[in-house]
Amino acid sequence: MIRQLFIILICLAFGEIIVYFTSVKIPSSIIGMLLLTAALHFKVIKLKSIQSIADFLLDNMVFFFIPPGVAIMCYFDLISKELLPILASIIGSTFLVLVSTSFTHQVLRKIRSKKLKKGKK
Amino acid sequence: MKLIAEPYMLLTITVGMYWITKLLQNKTNSVLLNPILITIIAVICILKSAGITYDTYHEAGKYIEFFLKPSIVALGVPLYLQLSKIKKQVMPIVISQLVGSIVGILSGVFIAKWLGASKEVILSIAPKSVTTPLAIDISSSIGGIPSLTASMVVMVGIFGSVAGFKILQLLHVKNPMSRSLSMGTAGHGLGTAQAMAISQRFGAYSSMGLILNGLFTAILTPIILAMLGLI
Repeated sequence: MIRQLFIILICLAFGEIIVYFTSVKIPSSIIGMLLLTAALHFKVIKLKSIQSIADFLLDNMVFFFIPPGVAIMCYFDLISKELLPILASIIGSTFLVLVSTSFTHQVLRKIRSKKLKKGKK
Repeated sequence: MKLIAEPYMLLTITVGMYWITKLLQNKTNSVLLNPILITIIAVICILKSAGITYDTYHEAGKYIEFFLKPSIVALGVPLYLQLSKIKKQVMPIVISQLVGSIVGILSGVFIAKWLGASKEVILSIAPKSVTTPLAIDISSSIGGIPSLTASMVVMVGIFGSVAGFKILQLLHVKNPMSRSLSMGTAGHGLGTAQAMAISQRFGAYSSMGLILNGLFTAILTPIILAMLGLI
């Protein structure tokens, strides 16, 4: 388990190092995710040597968001002053993003698979 | 210090609340009994009524929050497992993410503006659909209030994770890849966590949404807001 933890942490550490030296505006955790994907893809590490800690982290991901969620209590005053526009914007916009993204993807996928079928014929 | 304000007490309350609501949700299958939503509300109520500040809670919460970054790194595993499938559909994914990113910025800004939000709030809302560290950077670069943006991001994530799959189901979006991808686009890390709760395959597509929407929104927010004459 320690070795698995080390692999996760070293991906994160490389992410931090990259952010520090290049000052790119990408979170270190996302760089770490891509590094882990690359390391698995190029067989630098085996899936087996990371599987059980990854399962633990991924299965409980929702739970780890609770403390940042509780932090909303610090901004109650600010939010309650403009509650209606904030809530409407958050709910409305999130709804629209879900609809537009999923519809676009679904339509493009259908077009693509039709083309592939035609190509095969 | 009050006994209840001790980190181990607060940790016990947080873990316990989450465990109980999760059990209840499994039993009742109710959307409203969403474990994260209920736990956050319950913890805030307990803190407020006991007169405990967020800073005190953070002394306990930081141990849970610690796992957040490692869990995002761990998304590399499902991403790797789905890599060949994702490679086959680069164009549909990239284009739909571009659409989602633009819709997210424009609709967020316009709805807030239309309902009379102040300029700081409008600017803070613009990057709300992406993961917190990115959103904070974007917000401060365009003149929003980063801490306000952070709480908007969480609100978006909670709404997305509670209602997202339900909305997609009502709209008859059947393709599992389209569903999970848009959960990551609309609900960033929390949407992805919700997708991950269904299966690792869903989680992988959702991570693609989280990453690409994050990148596009970081690039496009300053451009779009400048075009609208807001900055």
